[in-house]
Amino acid sequence: MLAEFALAALWLAAALAALQLLAGVLVLSEKALVLGGIVRPLAVVQGLLALAALLGLIGLFATTDLSVALVAENSHSAKPMLYKIAGTWGNHEGSMLLWVAVMGLAGSFVALVERRLPERTMLATLAGQAFVSLGFYAFLLLASNPFARLTQPPPEGNGLNPLLQDPGLAFHPPTLYLGYVGLSIAFSFAIGALVTREVGPAFARAMRPWVLGAWIFLTLGITAGSYWAYYVLGWGGWWFWDPVENASLMPWLAATALLHSCSVLAARDALRAWTVMLGVVAFSMSMIGTFLVRSGILTSVHAFAVDPLRGKFILALLAINIGGALTLFALRAGSVTEGERFSVTSREGALVFNNVMLTGILGIVLIGTLYPLVTEAVGVRVSVGPPYFNPVTALFALPMMLVMMVGPLLRWRRDAPGRVARAQGWVMALPPVVGVVTAAVFIAHGGIGLLPLIGLSLAPALALASLLPLRGRDLTRLPLPVWGMVVAHFGIAVAMAGMASDSAFSTERLIAAHVGEETRVGPWAVRLAGVAPVAGPNWTAMEARLVVRYDGAGATTLTPQSRTYWAPPQTTGVSALLTRWNGQLYTVMGEEVEGDRWQLRLWWKPFVPLIWLGGALVALGGALALLGRVSADLKRISVRTRMADRRQRQGR
Amino acid sequence: MSGPAEKAPRWTLWLPLALFVGFAALVMIGLVHPASQDVPSQMVGKPLPQFVLPAGVPDRPALTSHDFVDGKPRLLNIFASWCIPCGVEAPVLGALAARGAEIDGIAIRDHPADLAGFLAQHGNPFTRLGADDVSAVQLAIGSSGVPETFVIDGHGIIRYQHIGEIRAEEVPFMLGKLAEAAR
Amino acid sequence: MLKPKHQRMVLLAAALTALLAAVLIAAWALRHQASYFYVPSEIKAHPPEADRSVRLGGMVRRGSVHNEADGVTVDFIVSDGRADVPVRFAGIRPALFVEGSGVVAEGHMVQGRFEADNLLAKHDEKYVPREMAGMTAEQARQTVAQTK
Repeated sequence: MLAEFALAALWLAAALAALQLLAGVLVLSEKALVLGGIVRPLAVVQGLLALAALLGLIGLFATTDLSVALVAENSHSAKPMLYKIAGTWGNHEGSMLLWVAVMGLAGSFVALVERRLPERTMLATLAGQAFVSLGFYAFLLLASNPFARLTQPPPEGNGLNPLLQDPGLAFHPPTLYLGYVGLSIAFSFAIGALVTREVGPAFARAMRPWVLGAWIFLTLGITAGSYWAYYVLGWGGWWFWDPVENASLMPWLAATALLHSCSVLAARDALRAWTVMLGVVAFSMSMIGTFLVRSGILTSVHAFAVDPLRGKFILALLAINIGGALTLFALRAGSVTEGERFSVTSREGALVFNNVMLTGILGIVLIGTLYPLVTEAVGVRVSVGPPYFNPVTALFALPMMLVMMVGPLLRWRRDAPGRVARAQGWVMALPPVVGVVTAAVFIAHGGIGLLPLIGLSLAPALALASLLPLRGRDLTRLPLPVWGMVVAHFGIAVAMAGMASDSAFSTERLIAAHVGEETRVGPWAVRLAGVAPVAGPNWTAMEARLVVRYDGAGATTLTPQSRTYWAPPQTTGVSALLTRWNGQLYTVMGEEVEGDRWQLRLWWKPFVPLIWLGGALVALGGALALLGRVSADLKRISVRTRMADRRQRQGR
Repeated sequence: MSGPAEKAPRWTLWLPLALFVGFAALVMIGLVHPASQDVPSQMVGKPLPQFVLPAGVPDRPALTSHDFVDGKPRLLNIFASWCIPCGVEAPVLGALAARGAEIDGIAIRDHPADLAGFLAQHGNPFTRLGADDVSAVQLAIGSSGVPETFVIDGHGIIRYQHIGEIRAEEVPFMLGKLAEAAR
Repeated sequence: MLKPKHQRMVLLAAALTALLAAVLIAAWALRHQASYFYVPSEIKAHPPEADRSVRLGGMVRRGSVHNEADGVTVDFIVSDGRADVPVRFAGIRPALFVEGSGVVAEGHMVQGRFEADNLLAKHDEKYVPREMAGMTAEQARQTVAQTK
């Protein structure tokens, strides 16, 4: 029964979305102004129904109801409960349901709390949100029904891909989806603003918290995804430029640009058309990324099963949503007047540079991701990997980082380099000096590639420069958004140090070891103490016991496994990691080879955890900024109500 | 402050849309092109390649390409016990068999014990069942994965290739293809 | 400070220049850095430059897998039925690496031998690597006949 209820909830939600769109359009075209009052409640109920459908599917997975085709295909009664629930979104249909549920909930949230914009703009925004949701409801209900029943339920389910049976999976996709779909709010705001031509600081202030929220989740999702790939794939790498990874990076780049242009629009009423366009582009990138992954037109290490029909359906959806929004942009943006002026050396100038460079990187990543498709059309098969992406994105990222060092110190509107230098004094010289000294030290050290060298010298300079905006300010009274910016920029420096250190200093050892044999990797001595079979709830494994010592210090035991799952049958390596303050020891176990030896692959990766620590700091910076903005908004609202109260009382 | 003379050229506003249209056209080619290419319809209309396969399970006869030249159209299902969609497809094959379709099976890269377990669990709709332990027949017939189902007419000519599992709603369609092959 | 008209033009010019630069740089870099996919007969006929990273796809010939004494290096032959290419790989092999099945190796040609940095076997056992799907039925049949 649960499946039927959930399906009914989904249909109902779709119907309400249609009604929401219709009511919005009728009000905007001034045909039925009375309907204005029902749009917000409709959005709220629609979101709750979508959530109910998702909870229904989670319930079906939790109880392993094998009469539902999706459960039978993707779950198994012997799976641990965490993975039963995570299995809900570990497949195409379930993940799309998660998508619409998040989208519906985001819409209800906006409908409930957002009251700053003119009501007409809000109605247009909610109608836009309903329009986009409607497409995804149609896709779910017509082309990928998650609740389809089987006529003859099998006695047991087929299980979940073992690579996906990992705690990371339980949290990683929902986090990323909150980010992807959160951007749909920015998209709808942009549409709403274009429809009513209300593009200005109020629009930017209303949109900014949503962009910030989505951006925080995207940052966390990408960081977590990178760590997941790092320890699950057992290849020792943390970023592979795989289409799935690129699909999450592209919306992040667009959202980062949007975030910065939003602050220009909010503070200075400039970059109007550009900000609206980025609002459209950011969510478009989410949809394009999802499409590229789901349609199977690009192969990837972690793609779901592929159905060309679904690909065409999503493409049609993209064409309608993105094509429609961009057409609206082309028609209306001309009548959105350009905002305030500013000189090249100004805060705005630096942020424009940041935006242009981020857009450039976005273009580079998109072109690289699509290139195999282009060549395939002429019959040549290629793959594009780090040799392309690393140097070419660096070409745009490095100038951006340099500008990022001074941008926050510049004044709005107009500034002069001389003024900044005078204001900051000798401290201004510190970052470049640190950078040059670090570079000199590492050049003397030798054997480091150009990109890691640049990264290693830039990171400390950037870290210092990112703290400069704090200088001379009363730290107790500094607004939270400024703290957020400082922390996020500092996080970028930290992550860059980790990346550069990983490629400059990692050492690797690959051996076939006898039990009892000791080997060295970097400062570590690693002894294979034993190999024993172990069993889990739905797998069996050979487990190596590695006794490891850092530079003669006390011993620790690591247990990498070569694991065999039986539902579905598949073998996969499970790495074992040991983290110290100065790096990570990464161990992988292979198969048994002649002469009673076991294959071992070991890495010593100095400072590699800084990559994810940096990512977390960036997200923390975002959270601080969001907290600051939201609390300022709340204060403004309470002041306004108090003033309204007083006026009312005085009037009486 | 922005009279018509101060506007940026209008065409630049259309640039994002133009880029998107380019992208959509590209992926459209990508979507349509391989679909028409990797369905190796080259094999449709051609005779079944010659093969002789040993029996996959003791209670069903072995399978050779000659078995298909008996005047009667039939389905040839390529599957494996380790393949997830095959388990989902199994009841549908059962339904097809119940409605009079004769189905022969080829198990790809399978172990006898797993195969027997799979058939015991999902039912055995197959008239004959061959074991293709090295994917030889699978590749020769132009199949790139499992499950796939071929419609073979009474002269051993391949008339249709279905990639992926047959879904319940496709049963009438497959029966139609079989009837077409009988003509 | 610029006039509004000029400001708009300058911003536009900057954005367009960056976009154009991104496209041109990408196009240039892709020509040099994309790794092309070869089947053995192609790589024999037109070997890529030694420093260029490429992908080689084909069938692991039956009986050709030979483990070196160090326990981690493996030599094998990848075949497409028309040509054979010896491949060497040091590392932990993917579980799906089996004689007689498809493989895609990433690496480069060194004096007639393919030095693989990485072996790809799709995580999903259901499908052969996408690149192999384009092999003609004839190629595939010959491959199988030879790798038996």
